[in-house]
Amino acid sequence: MIGSLFYNIKQAFVQIFRNRGMSAASIFSILAMLLILGLVFIIIVNVNLFSEIVKQDYDQVEVFIKDGATQAEIDECIETLKAKPGVTNVTFRSQEDALAIMKERWGESGYLLDSLGENPLPASIMIEVDSLDNASSVASAAGKFEIIEDVQYYKETVDKLTKITHFLQIACMIIMAFLVVVSVVVVSNTIKLTVMARSDEIHIMRYVGANNWFIRGPFMVEGIVIGLIASAIASGAICLIYKKLVETIGDQVFAIVSSPLISVQYMTVNLTIIFVALGCSIGAWGSIVSMRKYLKA
Amino acid sequence: MITFDHVTKLYRPGVGLDDVCVKIDKGEFVFLVGPSGAGKSTFVKLLLKDLTPDSGNIQVGDYHVNKLSNRMVPKYRRKIGTVFQDFKLLPKKTAYENVAFAMEVLHKPSRQIRKQVPQILSLVGISDKADKYPHELAGGEQQRVAIARAIVNNPQVLIADEPTGNLDPATAWGIMDLLDQINLRGTTVIMVTHAKEIVNKMDRRIIAIDKGRVIHDSKEYYAGPMGGDEE
Repeated sequence: MIGSLFYNIKQAFVQIFRNRGMSAASIFSILAMLLILGLVFIIIVNVNLFSEIVKQDYDQVEVFIKDGATQAEIDECIETLKAKPGVTNVTFRSQEDALAIMKERWGESGYLLDSLGENPLPASIMIEVDSLDNASSVASAAGKFEIIEDVQYYKETVDKLTKITHFLQIACMIIMAFLVVVSVVVVSNTIKLTVMARSDEIHIMRYVGANNWFIRGPFMVEGIVIGLIASAIASGAICLIYKKLVETIGDQVFAIVSSPLISVQYMTVNLTIIFVALGCSIGAWGSIVSMRKYLKA
Repeated sequence: MITFDHVTKLYRPGVGLDDVCVKIDKGEFVFLVGPSGAGKSTFVKLLLKDLTPDSGNIQVGDYHVNKLSNRMVPKYRRKIGTVFQDFKLLPKKTAYENVAFAMEVLHKPSRQIRKQVPQILSLVGISDKADKYPHELAGGEQQRVAIARAIVNNPQVLIADEPTGNLDPATAWGIMDLLDQINLRGTTVIMVTHAKEIVNKMDRRIIAIDKGRVIHDSKEYYAGPMGGDEE
């Protein structure tokens, strides 16, 4: 058993080399498909991350407190809000806190705020909710307090964003499914050609008395090895491209949508796993399917 | 050894085999002759279980050939060596590998393969060409490789389907000597051929088929139609 495995692997490499024209054709068609899939995958994963981060950022309601509210009034308000369903955390943000946060956001330009004589920012209460759906009821409850000046939350914005990302995800899924189908057809046709070119070989094997699995074995291992080679090249290429992408525009993306791109390492690991699995199974499956017609007894 | 018992396999009336009864004993050397389309290939294909008869029984050794399940066919074929007019060597394998392949199929240990393949190659007289690919060999040499492959597993029967059809007469006689030698070692040989000269010089049993029926079966000189280029 082990012996025949080694036999198959050895034969696969020998045959791939001797049929290098056809092997190259198969490798290229699998490679092309994986590359396109990889690009779509990069888009889809980043859109996902972006929408997750946006949702996290905005799963809170901020209520601003009128100047001159007493600590007792504020405490009462906080207690009431804490009891509301769906509220996970309530924190008080004093005027000084608000200024510190703003300074941090402004980064290097933060010193500009030092020149303000009086702190113009209002104190506020941050209410974190477990889901944005609960935000409206919390907001209206908070609005009833005398001391509350204004209520701010981002349900509509987030809803819109979610809709857009959702649409993008579905579009990408459809494109991906379409691509997989197309590439499976292309790849299995290429493999069919390689098998057809060797149909004599299969006939001969049958006359010598090889059973079907003995004949399939080397072809299947060949398919897997071809898939492996293609996925290795594809992983390398896509990861280099992605690394370059993150290096050149990653910061700009962050500045615009305040969401980082997925890390290169995460992308590399996952894409490699997907590529290897997909490449090998298409290679093996393609060989078996296209041999079927020659192995009917 | 080989029995065709009222075997019929007709594609349409007059084409194929029609109620053929033939008995071939162990160790015999038999020529199968007849014009093109007479049913010779059908005979060979039935023997190899490439085809299943419409009716009748085929028995080879212990095998009821027409009743073999698909799973058993490979096992059965290992008992039979086959040689073809177009040699049917694996083009991407060397002479040595082509012969070794027939043993690898049977999962023979590699030590035995390394020992036996050179022996067989020297028996068929092409030891010095072991590392050549088929396209680097002359027709007669390719056929010798094919014969080596066919006999390396010691089959009880060797079927040669026009083994000299693509060869010039001198080379053809070399192949005939080789087949004769193999027959002397006890292997039953069935040779399909058009070559009148060879058939009538060899003085062996001749089975002639025409329009699906056996019309001649003896060692006598056969002057009837054989097909091929001579006509």
